[in-house]
Amino acid sequence: MAKDKLIDFVNISKSFGDNVVLDRLNLYIRENEFLTLLGPSGCGKTTMLRILGGFEAPDSGKIIFDGQDITSLPANQRALNTVFQKYALFTHMTIAENIAFGLKIKKKSKAYIDDKIKYALKLVNLDGFENRRADSLSGGQQQRIAIARAIVNEPKVLLLDEPLGALDLKLRQDMQYELIRLKNELGITFVYVTHDQEEALTMSDTIVVMNQGIIQQIGTPEDIYNEPKNAFVADFIGDSNLFEATMIRDELVSIDGTRFPCVDTGFGENMPVDVVIRPEDVVLVPPEEGIVKGIVTSLIFKGVHYEMDVAVGDREWLVHSTVMEPVGKEVGIQVIPFNIQIMKKSSSSDEEVMKKDE
Amino acid sequence: MSKKHLSIPYAVWMLIFVLIPLVLILFYGFTTRDGAFTMDNILSIAQPEHRKALWLSFLLSFISTAVCLLLSYPLAMILNKMSVNQNSFIVFIFILPMWMNFLLRTMAWQNILERNGILNRILEFFHLPALNLINTPYAIVLGMVYNFLPFMVLPIYNSLIRIDKDVINAAHDLGASNSYTFRKIIFPLTLPGVMSGILMVFIPAMTTFVISDLLGGGKILLIGNVIEQEFKQANNWNLGSGLSLVLMLFIVISMIVDAVCNKDEEERSLW
Repeated sequence: MAKDKLIDFVNISKSFGDNVVLDRLNLYIRENEFLTLLGPSGCGKTTMLRILGGFEAPDSGKIIFDGQDITSLPANQRALNTVFQKYALFTHMTIAENIAFGLKIKKKSKAYIDDKIKYALKLVNLDGFENRRADSLSGGQQQRIAIARAIVNEPKVLLLDEPLGALDLKLRQDMQYELIRLKNELGITFVYVTHDQEEALTMSDTIVVMNQGIIQQIGTPEDIYNEPKNAFVADFIGDSNLFEATMIRDELVSIDGTRFPCVDTGFGENMPVDVVIRPEDVVLVPPEEGIVKGIVTSLIFKGVHYEMDVAVGDREWLVHSTVMEPVGKEVGIQVIPFNIQIMKKSSSSDEEVMKKDE
Repeated sequence: MSKKHLSIPYAVWMLIFVLIPLVLILFYGFTTRDGAFTMDNILSIAQPEHRKALWLSFLLSFISTAVCLLLSYPLAMILNKMSVNQNSFIVFIFILPMWMNFLLRTMAWQNILERNGILNRILEFFHLPALNLINTPYAIVLGMVYNFLPFMVLPIYNSLIRIDKDVINAAHDLGASNSYTFRKIIFPLTLPGVMSGILMVFIPAMTTFVISDLLGGGKILLIGNVIEQEFKQANNWNLGSGLSLVLMLFIVISMIVDAVCNKDEEERSLW
């Protein structure tokens, strides 16, 4: 992974009417990186991509691309290409004409264009599709053509706006591996937008989790999954047990009155915090060996593991385990200190607390 | 079974108001007054005055269609750019005159274009030379354009709003300028709308006799006027039917041309 900043968003804000979509957002993207903007719908991720592509102008702030301010540069002069959510193929043209579109504008020779079409179709595993019509293709094939049409222009950055959203599960998984392969073969930067956390975890070098126009966390997939910075990220990425808890002192947290040893420090004493424990990190033991005791209330077989709910007082703990415990059985719960992730209360819930205090 | 019953009223309608009149016109067209078979009615289109009327009809319809197209396309593009609230108001304004009687609207134009009509009085007020428009082909073209413009605007507008905005974004993204995007993407994608607009204007313009009657002052004979006269003044239903058949043939040909041009589109719309 190269170190240089290729793209730099500086203080980008965007509103549609009263609706603030992006709020003074800063983000840089390194060369050759697979960066994913991840978040629920309406979080601003697509707007960010469209600002980068040149289809929306930010209300304020600027975008630096390769050392140049491109904020007011029109889309057709930016050295990047986009793969649109619904493919946006030109239905009145053949596949070859679709792929050649950008190259013809650049006035490339016919031989060069023909070569490029062959190369691109091979790259997306659709050799021989030159003379087919765009709408005679399946969704997955159309998506590949959209990618081929973009990459023949040798962009420095490929923008992908939920490109797999309309495909069925199996095809989506296949395409994820295809995209990783493509990225490695082409050696260019990918900026990928999705609301699918699994897609983001599978493909990305860097994940940017967004919510309500604000970046919640930036990190590698491992960081995001194992060390979520706040309750939103923890909840959005994967299954999790999210608790409001109290930090008694360094390395000791109280969840519903039970004290759990943990490894986090520096939160102060008797401070309210959010705690996340991944379901696969909850270990079920005989009742007398657990830190707390509970009763198994549901059991579902998920293939790789069993998913169980364990009632501890009023609280349900979600547990993933390859070992099954029957419904109604009393079990003990153990969590190793390293697997308890302590997070600062997110600002919005702080505000709520303050309002309640008033 | 019950679904078949539902279609009976339409079948009866088609029989009485489409099929039987068509058969009658065919019968009259190919017979003499005495009921003997003849091709004379059809072939009479070759007579100089009929040929001239057909040619003039074709010419004026063609010009009107072209003018409608030139006016409609930019208008449709402007409507497409507007927000839904704004454009539905403009569309409303364009459709509003269609709620008034067609004859009435055309007679209004008669008043405007007359020698001492409203237009010339306005020109006089500004000390401009008077225009002698009434009873000229210009007046007929004006009447045609005025009456048939909405039929051109709406199909083009419909095909424009159906273009996914991201298709246009994709063209820009691939480096296309606005004019290149228009030539290579937007216009080709609206071609079906343009074609149906052309038919919707050309066919009624080709067959009209009211507009040419009112704005041409009976001096300019279009093929529609000739047919009308055969039926109403000469009382020669056979010749009128024969000429109608020739005109129908022209229209069918233009529709076939349109269908061939739009063949791909129709195949696609099945998917």
